[in-house]
Amino acid sequence: MASMAVGATARPNVLAALRHSGASPYLFIVALAVAMYFVLGPRQFVNALTIGAIYALVALGYTMVYGIIELINFAHGDVFMVGSFVSLFVLTNVLGQEGSASDLGGIVFELAITFALTMVIVGILGVLIERFAYRPLRNAPRLAPLITAIGISFILQNLVQIIYGPSPVNTPQVISPTARVDIAGVSIGWVNIFIIATAIVLMVGLQLFVSRTKMGRAMRSTASDREAAALMGVDINRTIALTFLIGSALAGAAGVVQGLYFGNIQFVIGFQSGLKAFTAAVLGGIGNLAGAAIGGFFIGFVEVTAANFGYFVWAQAAVFMILIVTLVFRPAGLFGQQLGERA
Amino acid sequence: MSAGQSLPAPVELRGSGIRSRLSDFSDRHRSISVLVGVGAVAAALPLIVLLPPFSGFSGQTVWVDGFTIAGIFILLALGLNIVVGMSGLLDLGYAAFFAIGAYTYAFAASPFYGNEFPFWPMLLVGAAMAAIFGIMLGAPTLRLRGDYLAIVTLGFGEIVPITILNLSQYTDGPNGIGGIDAPTIADFTFPTTGNPWPYYLTMVGLIVISMILIYRLQNSRLGRSWMAIREDELAAAANGINTVTTKLLAFALGATTAGLAGVFLAAKLQTVTPNLFRFDVSFTVLAMVVLGGMGNIWGVAVGAFIVFMIQSVLLKQLNLFFDNVQIPILSEIDFLQYQFLLYGIALVAMMLLRPEGLFPSQRRKRELHTEEDAEFGELGDPMGASPE
Amino acid sequence: MNESKAGSPGGLAGAPPETLLRAQGVTKRFGGLVAVREVSLDIPKGAIVSIIGPNGAGKTTFFNVIAGIIDPTAGTVAFKGRTLITRPRRVWLESVLWMVPAIVVASIELALGAAQAGDDGIILTAFGVVGALVVTLVVATIRPAWYSALLARLGILRSARPNDVVAAGMGRTFQNIRLFQNMTALENILVGMHLKLRASIIDHLIASRRQQREEDAAAERAGELLRLVGLHKRENELAKNLPYGDQRRLELARALANDPALLLLDEPTAGMNPNETAQMTALIGRLRTNLGVSILLIEHDMRVVMGISDHILVMDHGEQIAEGTPDEVRRDPKVIEAYLGTGAS
Repeated sequence: MASMAVGATARPNVLAALRHSGASPYLFIVALAVAMYFVLGPRQFVNALTIGAIYALVALGYTMVYGIIELINFAHGDVFMVGSFVSLFVLTNVLGQEGSASDLGGIVFELAITFALTMVIVGILGVLIERFAYRPLRNAPRLAPLITAIGISFILQNLVQIIYGPSPVNTPQVISPTARVDIAGVSIGWVNIFIIATAIVLMVGLQLFVSRTKMGRAMRSTASDREAAALMGVDINRTIALTFLIGSALAGAAGVVQGLYFGNIQFVIGFQSGLKAFTAAVLGGIGNLAGAAIGGFFIGFVEVTAANFGYFVWAQAAVFMILIVTLVFRPAGLFGQQLGERA
Repeated sequence: MSAGQSLPAPVELRGSGIRSRLSDFSDRHRSISVLVGVGAVAAALPLIVLLPPFSGFSGQTVWVDGFTIAGIFILLALGLNIVVGMSGLLDLGYAAFFAIGAYTYAFAASPFYGNEFPFWPMLLVGAAMAAIFGIMLGAPTLRLRGDYLAIVTLGFGEIVPITILNLSQYTDGPNGIGGIDAPTIADFTFPTTGNPWPYYLTMVGLIVISMILIYRLQNSRLGRSWMAIREDELAAAANGINTVTTKLLAFALGATTAGLAGVFLAAKLQTVTPNLFRFDVSFTVLAMVVLGGMGNIWGVAVGAFIVFMIQSVLLKQLNLFFDNVQIPILSEIDFLQYQFLLYGIALVAMMLLRPEGLFPSQRRKRELHTEEDAEFGELGDPMGASPE
Repeated sequence: MNESKAGSPGGLAGAPPETLLRAQGVTKRFGGLVAVREVSLDIPKGAIVSIIGPNGAGKTTFFNVIAGIIDPTAGTVAFKGRTLITRPRRVWLESVLWMVPAIVVASIELALGAAQAGDDGIILTAFGVVGALVVTLVVATIRPAWYSALLARLGILRSARPNDVVAAGMGRTFQNIRLFQNMTALENILVGMHLKLRASIIDHLIASRRQQREEDAAAERAGELLRLVGLHKRENELAKNLPYGDQRRLELARALANDPALLLLDEPTAGMNPNETAQMTALIGRLRTNLGVSILLIEHDMRVVMGISDHILVMDHGEQIAEGTPDEVRRDPKVIEAYLGTGAS
């Protein structure tokens, strides 16, 4: 549409060029990462990336679901929590693993099984939740599915609490936390490398799936206009179910990683991480996959920075302030289009 | 229920039965009917518990004490109903405002700070304090889509107890603030043990006043605006309603009610700890509102009472009962542990199966009623009706 | 500052007094798509003006710009000589403005030595900053007059919101009826009268005499409006239980409840049979003669508007292709082409 003759008189300066290219948020993130590296030091920097990877994986599920049916899926954090317990079950009850595995073959085998089983089981859980708790309410007032979502969240939490008890449960750390490698003079845990790499592989895979495949196109068109997509022959129910499947499977992967990295899990982790992951999604522009991932890493940095300076108890408050500030100043997120929300 | 309650009801709706005449009367004299209704229930409850099986569970004093605490939850549910039921906004951090009210009174009337402000004015101050926080939280959030309020309040509900916990030099952290003054009237100080009646009667009074005021708001221009926003926000704006300030007012009024309940709680328990205000409380109150029927003031009050009684009496009695009779599996189960699981299931089930709540409002009934009458609405040529 | 907005002779909108609404060069782009391009329209007082065009011509987008639901990319709409709708300008500056008090408070506290006072000082500063930010936001939400004046002085322009448009004297209906489904017909009208009711929240709480009188009068007036559209026997029925045609008429009555000077009707006969359409058309005509209200009508069916319109604007593909009296428009070759080209009558 080159023939647009609207009186747009953009001044040809660097700032305007930057704004139009849409690159400024990315520059901001890169600058922030560099700054963080110097503030935190290499070790904590890697830590922040690892924790951020977990939030990023969870945030993807929030942003996908919100993008497609405009529902804040409160149960998503708890789906992640269930994922961590499913991986615990797979590792201890199916594979009989306790503590760290000794040889590389064992590690690869056990992690492959754990990731595969957990992602499938949790993905199916997500689909079931959508099918029975959200789909019947798709045309109900907005409040109804939100209330159902919070109800599902409580059901999941309490089921796990009843089964595994209220205190933290130890999980086998398949990759020994003491296994480290020196990279450019910095000692980095293998587990960190594994987690960051896994997260990046999953995110790139998701991005490729959404942008390159037919199903991915169906998801995008459903997100932008459900009725039009339906008219074009997209099976809406299947597409939404697929969104829940993928989002929940990613949360399941995050659950595996959580147990692997921290060595213990508790029924409340979903509730606590949920808010942070949602903040990450809002920060990245809700509905924006890359934004959610970057937002997740950002939250990881915030948390590790707070802990680094002895204010760990305030990390949650800091994340909350970030949420509020984002909503006030950039409601569409750092990377979303600033469409502005009007009644 | 109708906004134009002062209007004569259409003839076909006025049945001749005693019931409809009663409901007609209560529609037109809302304040009196609330006073009589709540008063009757409040008078009957302490008498009922003298009868078996209730008398077997505990003595009248313990029961009345329990009813007083139930009253706090009724107040909370009435307030949350303004936000969730009447305006259609989801507030998941309601306990935070409850906490703000309670700590306001704790700061004002405890040895911890050495203050001794009297209870009655502090009731209003605590409510105002909660309202201020409500406006603070609502102002940045309510300009956006309604969903964001849910997540922001969820976060706020989590932050407030954490903040109280960690600002120990101001709040004594997890220990909480103790030795809070009991209310006084002239020289009479409310007794903390033995005589539960002063607190009970105060609570009944608070509920009556709150209900009357909330009914008046519901039937006013403001209440109609809330309902309109709940139904269709865009259409509400297209009718001249400033949706942002109207939503903010609902949110602030909800917070006010919670603050009121908080001050009362602090005065009743004479100690406050951050543990009293966790997410569980917000969730319980939400369950009360949903079960009672969103937007239905009487329904919500009854729902709150029943839910509270289930959690504080029924589940405990079930435990005791099965402990005594020694049925293999059932006596092992701690029913209290299942409480929140039950609420979760109840919320989902209600939304899916019975969104109008357990006690459908008059509005629902009338809706069915008018459908029967629709045939009588012979309109002739409506377009031809000449404009005056 | 307000004066420049109020359209004094030298002001932005020098519309002559008999012009009620003047839209100038209204353009709306969605991404790369131009939904409305450079559309201008004058509505004289007491006139019925129609916008017609095939589906997707940009009529509803233009309409939504006037109603304050979407901001235009360019152009202005003035109503009663006052510019209401405009492209938002320097909106980002407003959020910068919000940070100013917080920064001032922080600087003062730090200057007073808060940083040296240890944890207490930091906490105090944090409270000060958050407090200042919050107070600012509350002010920005409630938008008192001085705040708007300040924004105007800084050159920050915001378009009117839908409720501001209604307050200025317009009422509207929607193409796909948007009644308050679970409220009665009477209550729907009472919501429409929202801006005419003046009782304060205190009046409501104490159920003052003034409030009671006002409510009684409002209910009476609402009854009259229902009678006007022939729904007075159904005032206590829930909107969702009304038949389709009645819902359309109820929405029309609701739009009239605020005594608007201009009524914006978005396809008022959509989904009606020929008989109902004729009745609705007659009703619209009566509204003008009896209530003196001006009307802007959107239709894609040409036959509806030819009979009652004083002036017609024809749109196609977002552009204004013709304008004039019904007779002029009917003979315009471009209009004939647009309609025949898309296969409509």
